[in-house]
Amino acid sequence: MPAVSKGDGMRGLAVFISDIRNCKSKEAEIKRINKELANIRSKFKGDKALDGYSKKKYVCKLLFIFLLGHDIDFGHMEAVNLLSSNKYTEKQIGYLFISVLVNSNSELIRLINNAIKNDLSSRNPTFMCLALHCIANVGSREMAEAFAGEIPRILVAGDTMDSVKQSAALCLLRLYKASPDLVLMGEWTSRVVHLLNDQHMGVVTAAISLITCLSSKNPDEFKTCVSLAVSRLSRIVSSASTDLQDYTYYFVPAPWLSCKLLRLLQCYPPPEDGAVKGRLVECLETILNKAQEPPKSKKVQHSNAKNAILFEAISLIIHYDSEPNLLVRACNQLGQFLQHRETNLRYLALESMCTLASSEFSHEAVKTHIETVINALKTERDVSVRQRAADLLYAMCDRSNAKQIVAEMLSYLETADYSIREEMVLKVAILAEKYAVDYSWYVDTILNLIRIAGDYVSEEVWYRVIQIVINRDDVQGYAAKTVFEALQAPACHENMVKVGGYILGEFGNLIAGDPRSSPLVQFNLLHSKFHLCSVPTRALLLSAYIKFINLFPETKATIQEVLRSDSQIRNSDVELQQRAVEYLKLSSIASTDVLATVLEEMPPFPERESSILAKLKKKKGPGAVSVELEDGKERGELNGGGDRGGDAAIAASNASTPSPSADLLGLRSAAPVSGATPSAGSLLVDVFSEAGPAATSAGVNDDGFLRFVCKNNGVLFENQLLQIGIKSEYRQNLGRMYLFYGNKTSVQFVSFNTTVSYEIKSRILNVQTKTVEPLVEGGAQVQQVINIECLTDFIDAPLLNIKFRYGGALQNISLKLPVTINKFFQPTEMAAADFFQRWKQLSQPQQEAQKIFKASHGMDTEVLKAKLLGLGTALLENVDPNPENYVCAGVIQTKAQQVGCLLRLEPNAQAQMYRLTLRSSKDTVSQRVCDLLAEQF
Amino acid sequence: MTMHFLLLFSRQGKLRLQKWFTPVPEREKKKIVRDMTTMVLGRKPRSCNFLHWKDLKIVYKKYASLYFCCGLDAEENELLALEVLHRYVELLDKYFGNVCELDIIFNFEKAYFILDEFLLGGEVQETSKQVLSRSIEASDMLQEVSVIPRSR
Repeated sequence: MPAVSKGDGMRGLAVFISDIRNCKSKEAEIKRINKELANIRSKFKGDKALDGYSKKKYVCKLLFIFLLGHDIDFGHMEAVNLLSSNKYTEKQIGYLFISVLVNSNSELIRLINNAIKNDLSSRNPTFMCLALHCIANVGSREMAEAFAGEIPRILVAGDTMDSVKQSAALCLLRLYKASPDLVLMGEWTSRVVHLLNDQHMGVVTAAISLITCLSSKNPDEFKTCVSLAVSRLSRIVSSASTDLQDYTYYFVPAPWLSCKLLRLLQCYPPPEDGAVKGRLVECLETILNKAQEPPKSKKVQHSNAKNAILFEAISLIIHYDSEPNLLVRACNQLGQFLQHRETNLRYLALESMCTLASSEFSHEAVKTHIETVINALKTERDVSVRQRAADLLYAMCDRSNAKQIVAEMLSYLETADYSIREEMVLKVAILAEKYAVDYSWYVDTILNLIRIAGDYVSEEVWYRVIQIVINRDDVQGYAAKTVFEALQAPACHENMVKVGGYILGEFGNLIAGDPRSSPLVQFNLLHSKFHLCSVPTRALLLSAYIKFINLFPETKATIQEVLRSDSQIRNSDVELQQRAVEYLKLSSIASTDVLATVLEEMPPFPERESSILAKLKKKKGPGAVSVELEDGKERGELNGGGDRGGDAAIAASNASTPSPSADLLGLRSAAPVSGATPSAGSLLVDVFSEAGPAATSAGVNDDGFLRFVCKNNGVLFENQLLQIGIKSEYRQNLGRMYLFYGNKTSVQFVSFNTTVSYEIKSRILNVQTKTVEPLVEGGAQVQQVINIECLTDFIDAPLLNIKFRYGGALQNISLKLPVTINKFFQPTEMAAADFFQRWKQLSQPQQEAQKIFKASHGMDTEVLKAKLLGLGTALLENVDPNPENYVCAGVIQTKAQQVGCLLRLEPNAQAQMYRLTLRSSKDTVSQRVCDLLAEQF
Repeated sequence: MTMHFLLLFSRQGKLRLQKWFTPVPEREKKKIVRDMTTMVLGRKPRSCNFLHWKDLKIVYKKYASLYFCCGLDAEENELLALEVLHRYVELLDKYFGNVCELDIIFNFEKAYFILDEFLLGGEVQETSKQVLSRSIEASDMLQEVSVIPRSR
């Protein structure tokens, strides 16, 4: 049955297409096309009215030409004319042309919309579907404005044909994605959710895509879909393969619908209703069981469809991350797939296991597959599979297996594909630092890295090894010895020369006792590489030489001679020439003392990891925790779960590490630059006038969160990749917070996603977030608005979780949002008499909270006043008999109640102490405000 | 199954069908087509059918001389996407009867119509081959026939 012959043959079109195919060259093709375009133009412009068939034929030819990649600038009007034809095939071609070639010519859109409107109201299902397809294909804002009101009605109307319902559901989804503000579900919500119960499987399949998208944006309004989805899923999972007739695909019942149901459930936490949850767990177990059954067909379609459901079920299990039993079963199943003969399954198993590795329940189970994964890295023929294996090794690495994994990755690097080498190098560098028990291992690893893949070792990596060596005197001698040996190689990478030059310049003395590495031998070795190196490396070597003069006076004459040579002192490069001249002069006129002072050993880089490591060791076992390497390129998981506040503190202290771009040699600035990088400060500085000091203090404070108790704007978080600025305003019990995410790198962040979570059960705050675009370009800043409603007084702050991929690696950052109860203060002015009267009224012991504490900052009056005003209360003058004391009053506005609050702060400048007293009508409020404020002075 | 685009191209890299489910500027489309063809055609035989490209998952499969290639959101299900491609091939096959590249070249508009019945806005609209074939045939029966006389 060659349906093509069914009476619609457009002979002219077929001839034209074969002509094009017969063209021998691009030129001939263009010539033929231009001829045809001229022909069509003349037909369209001609006096004779074209009949529908010719119009259709020419429009179709134009479409063909456009799809070949040529521009089409006419014919739109004729296509629009076809829309109102009453011949189906003409209408169809008209719609196709519009769908493919629409432009925002507003005049045309009006005409198109008119034709669509007619078809939608035609009550002819075929025409209605064509119109809906066109809206879905174009999806423009103008169309949303015109039809977003009408389509939900079509979708839920009782007399709408099934096929029209399906198109309407997906059409609405498309409009919602393009213009969410125009699609208001409101009254339709529950009827749309109930489409999950529709008799017709096709309707459910289409509708669930819409419901999933709407649920992910408004989970609360759609939460009734959870139980419906579970029962639908349960019916499918338990059905026999023939029950669903044509919705069974290669013996698998309704794979598309099953996957969509499982995906919908991933918009929600595990069901709270025990019965629903039980049923769902049963479904998931059945799906896992079915994976063990022998296949009902040998066809790959059968196993693909079956495993598609299995992987989706595993995604849901990982999403819940609460059923250890299911997680371990999922892991075992994936373990089987790791050795499956189907490459696709091996690939997917490696990919899925990466996420399983980060769950505390399944991390150990994933680790048992280490040999298989290493084997995959070595033997897979397909580079994309090897890439997944490398990702998984990285994800499953912890202290127990770090040495093995790093060794395997290093040996793989020797033969790795060029496309993934840089990423591999970063991964090795991060793991080596993260899990370094002894630093000689770390130094060996990085030097090996440079030896094997020097071209792919970015500056950050070799800066880092130098920072670590400088900061740890136990490894300096070893490092000097090792680089000295590495430099013996006849051909060694320039990065090795850089590290060698720097380390020998600082610590060459530690190995100078050995005659085989005497000062002169060291110098000659370095200088033998000099002429092969680039300018920056030569500059570094010159600095190493002057350091040698200080370390080893016996080399002075030799080195001065080198510096004095024309190739140095008259070098055409200004930087090199200047260094040569200055170093030569310095070495000849400065006394030994001066020389020793100027060329003193580099001071340690501001340390952070020791304190963090200690903290992490206390907090968590290996694996779940990670130390960050500020390589600016790649980061592991920042938080391994657990104490979020602690994670924020780690993140904050990361910000204080020296910038990788700081001049390591300290030639331009005497000491390593501490604090944020210059670019980091400037990124947001124009937005917030007060961000300057905040940016630098970001790393100093123990908890970024506490810095915002008395202020609303500033930099909340900063690391080498990302800066988060915050600007917030509060009125009554409502607040609005603007978060600014700044990408500090030059590379885009992908899958950028932020979520704000809060103890939902307690219902204390109502937090609404708008999602941000998943792509953040390098150097760009995106904004997110969070609306907050305070329902009753609270202690815990909402958590902000940020996830994105940077250069392939998943970044995960958790922070406390600085929403504190005092933000909802309304200042209250009152006279002394009033104040004392109220103070006395609040005299029950539980109404008062008091703290006596030492001043941790200066006790400057203006600063104190600014902080108290920042708290949100009114600062009452001339109330306290002692002018040194401060008293404040305010009312905390929550939806449930208002809580009056009085405050008294008594500084004792001599003892550098404060006494802080809070009284309010609610004991929890007194305590919380007192706790928060006590941290501020 | 949110698909961003579906491309059909030949072994020589000639584009036979392109469907964009999200708005993409023309210039960007050309770049994507170029990237996809070079990437996919450069794959060794018996490699896996999945790739990562920017923040999308690429799923492709070769049927005779034609490559079917689609781009998906990062959280989408690759295996299911493979079967979307397969179902589309089955639909083409049923319609044309032993479909080959030439059928798609000469009847490209049909290939688009069939696709619109199956996928809409990048989502699967209907999965039943019977239902789909019936509606495709039904519209073929309408060819050249005035369906309802219009009032104007």
